[in-house]
Amino acid sequence: MWRTAKVVRLHDETPTARTLALAVLDWPGHVAGQHVDVRLTAPDGYSAVRSYSIASAPSSDGRIEITIERLPNGEVSPYLTQQVMVGDELEVRGPIGGWFVWRREQTEPIQLVAGGSGIVPLMAMLRSRASTGNVAPFRLLYSAREPGAVFYRDELQTLSSQDDSVAITYAYTRVTPKDWPRPAGRIDAELIGNSTWLPDLRPTTYVCGPTSFVEHATDLLIAAGHDRKRIRTERFGATGERK
Amino acid sequence: MSATMNYLDGNAAAGELSRIFAVDITSAEGQCANCGARRRFGEAHLYLQCPGLVARCPLCGHVLLRLASTQERVFLDLRGMTYLTFDTKQQPEADS
Repeated sequence: MWRTAKVVRLHDETPTARTLALAVLDWPGHVAGQHVDVRLTAPDGYSAVRSYSIASAPSSDGRIEITIERLPNGEVSPYLTQQVMVGDELEVRGPIGGWFVWRREQTEPIQLVAGGSGIVPLMAMLRSRASTGNVAPFRLLYSAREPGAVFYRDELQTLSSQDDSVAITYAYTRVTPKDWPRPAGRIDAELIGNSTWLPDLRPTTYVCGPTSFVEHATDLLIAAGHDRKRIRTERFGATGERK
Repeated sequence: MSATMNYLDGNAAAGELSRIFAVDITSAEGQCANCGARRRFGEAHLYLQCPGLVARCPLCGHVLLRLASTQERVFLDLRGMTYLTFDTKQQPEADS
């Protein structure tokens, strides 16, 4: 079932990523981690569907936010990040998914592992936790190309500085800030060992990113002793566009 | 990216499958008819570089599900799974 969604706000997260706030007609609400399908239809009837994770915390006001990374040869993302304007209407299907979700009644330690724009559904989990006073301890390991590619930087800083139960570790694959302790590179066993929960604490782990990142991170977590059954994954394609 | 990494996962099929299933399929557990592995459908490897979509067992690669759509019809092939089981208590309800 497709619902009409009106763009009500635009916000640039990085030079290539934009958040769209949408007011969705008859939106039933969502759970952190879920995604929506967005359909664009051209005047000639040609339509394209893409999946985008919801970035915002669950709320009852009929609004959601999605953050979209612009892909150089994308068919949909250049339009959504450069051309769409406040007041425009899109079609949305969802919310979708009941597996890669974090519910407010969960109290166990949570490990979030993000690769690039894989931060988006994990941000919804952090925001959902913050909006309800849930005190489950959260850790986030966020791998990005460079400091300027980090989404939600100020809000993440606020979340971790106001709450000792939220710990964030950044890792950079191409360029690091000056005097950064770890050289640029993929996440590795040492970083997993130093920055994530010990397996004995039986955390639930959510990994989201490009397929190669998810496979690599999951292999490292399992090698570190984590139970595969407690690791939930969501992958998006090399192009970042899921369909 | 290597040819072996050109898949997504069952989460990305859930929108299309919501046209058919009244309940969430990503949290459903299915058994592979080839190797017997039991996994959540959200863990299946999903291939979209084809006329429809194909979900494969993350362990043995066996085809679990095929879905193709035309203007007028949807074709669903589920023979790669021995069964699918749904948790009736854990269907997503909004957290708001």
